[in-house]
Amino acid sequence: MDMKVAKKLGLKERYTLMTRDLAWDTTYQPMDKVFPQVTYEGIKIHDWDKWEDPFRLTMDAYWKYQSEKERKLYAILDAFNQNNGHLSVTDARYMNVLKLFLGSTPPLELMAARGFSMVGRQMVGGGPRVACQMQAVDEYRHFQTQIHSISNYNKYYHGMDEFAHQQSRMWYLSDGKSFFDDAITAGPFEFMVAIGFAFEYVLTNILFVPFISGAAYNGDMAAMTVGFSAQSDEARHMTLGLECIKFMLEQDPDNLPIVQRWIDKWTWRGTRKLASVGMMMDYMLPKRIMSFKEAWEMYFEQNGGALFTDLARYGIKIPQCFTQTIEEKEHVSHQSWIGFYMKPDATPFHTWVPTPEELDWLSEKYPNTFDKYYRPVYEYWAQMEKEGKRFNNRTQPMNCQVCVSTVKFNEPGDPMSTCFRETVYKGEKFHFCSDHCKDIFEHEPEKYIQTYISSNQALQGNCAPEGVDVNAPDFNPGEHIAAYWRLDKRATGDFNGSEDQKNFAAWRDQATKN
Amino acid sequence: MAVKALAPYEFQSRDALERYKGKQLLFINWERHRMFSRPFILALPPETSFSEIVDKYITDCFSYHPDFARIDWSKVVWQNSNTVFTPDRARSLKDNGIGHKDLIRFTTPGLDGIAGSGY
Repeated sequence: MDMKVAKKLGLKERYTLMTRDLAWDTTYQPMDKVFPQVTYEGIKIHDWDKWEDPFRLTMDAYWKYQSEKERKLYAILDAFNQNNGHLSVTDARYMNVLKLFLGSTPPLELMAARGFSMVGRQMVGGGPRVACQMQAVDEYRHFQTQIHSISNYNKYYHGMDEFAHQQSRMWYLSDGKSFFDDAITAGPFEFMVAIGFAFEYVLTNILFVPFISGAAYNGDMAAMTVGFSAQSDEARHMTLGLECIKFMLEQDPDNLPIVQRWIDKWTWRGTRKLASVGMMMDYMLPKRIMSFKEAWEMYFEQNGGALFTDLARYGIKIPQCFTQTIEEKEHVSHQSWIGFYMKPDATPFHTWVPTPEELDWLSEKYPNTFDKYYRPVYEYWAQMEKEGKRFNNRTQPMNCQVCVSTVKFNEPGDPMSTCFRETVYKGEKFHFCSDHCKDIFEHEPEKYIQTYISSNQALQGNCAPEGVDVNAPDFNPGEHIAAYWRLDKRATGDFNGSEDQKNFAAWRDQATKN
Repeated sequence: MAVKALAPYEFQSRDALERYKGKQLLFINWERHRMFSRPFILALPPETSFSEIVDKYITDCFSYHPDFARIDWSKVVWQNSNTVFTPDRARSLKDNGIGHKDLIRFTTPGLDGIAGSGY
């Protein structure tokens, strides 16, 4: 008797069965009642089957690949930790990069996981829904692995343990929080442009260059491995974002102006978010890989520029902010570090004046701007520190209503002046750091009048620990804010003289001497 | 433009005047002295005199800068956002036309920061 062996399924058939075939059209309720989010933004989709799946990855294959990656990652983390790997990094100043990264990135990965879970539910087609589901799991994995890799450092260095509490409260984390809050409260298509396209495609490389390559260059095998493990997912994410853009543009000509507005908005919001990444590259890595300006030229101007050229055939124009970002690449990292240096009591990481050799490196990398605008103030601060007068600006900041950065960027064309923009909405004044943030506000004022600004909240009496009478006549919000943030005092102040600095030196001595 | 939404979308401003219990927000910036990175914010009753702003808050914040001692206060140019005005030191914020969330900018002619860098 002949055995009838079922033919093994081809990749394409398997993919169809495991993705699109799992989706169905509802009959008890009309489709538009079940999926109301895909229409209200104004995006018109005529045929969901036209969605191209660039990777054709199915869930079973996905689990297999990811678990393999996890096994390798945790083996390296264990080896690094058991071998006191933290003592092999270049210099204890490096830990401050981890502190800044921990507060600003894993919580945003978690928000991305939540966002893609929501969008996966909201989208109609089986293809995008499965892709969003995988990306949600990826983002959750990044959130976890980043925390795991840094948790070992938390045993030895101050300022890492309250990052989750601080994320939604501290002034300097507000820009990233606001970025994701804005995206996740938009509709599914705007979310895809914001995170899937602008963030993943145009900007993630700049975030991961200083972190991954910086970690490797400074001897941090743990963070480097986490970074590489995440970066292998990013290729899939970038493709998904770009696919979504092309899909929208191919479906209906009316989608073009909506998509263009989102690209303009999110490229700018991402640019603002990256100002502190610039400072990581130029100031916080003891051993530097490349300047922020060089990274910007390579990843944004060249790669991003090529991408926009590619999208030109759909009618997409280069984002309006492109020219301004080119001018700003010479300035933002310096302006950010100045903004953090002058506020030593208000971050769970240390700051410092660059050494004379580091100042020379900055002069070499920024020949047009560094000596003219930034070197004098650093040399002045170094002198003041020697005299025992380390700068400490005790005032509270003014923030942009949209990007929630402190208002610290220069007027285009005039690096000596701060850029201010404002508008009046329903009788109230609102302030911005730039023309682009003002445009974003004016398009959706009802959204941005809700912005959470840490200093303003403190002045309203909303940022004091329990038991403090915020209505007392002598109430001073500044006295309580550090307790409200659960800020570890040992993690604040200048790096020079810090416990981290002393402990690292003592522990390393123990490892190398009698 | 209105926010596109699936339900009515209307909210109170998170920084509306009534949330400050009789006080108003004020931002202060010393132009071309960017060592301080950004303007600072205060919440004060509108009856606060302008002299208190200068003698207390401006002095406390900015006197760290070596240019501060060199300021000729008779030559200072005051702006409320982009509008130049002449404050009356003895009178209140309100009487000087300064409202909620106004931005006071002052320029000190001849003083341009450390080594003329704007910082």
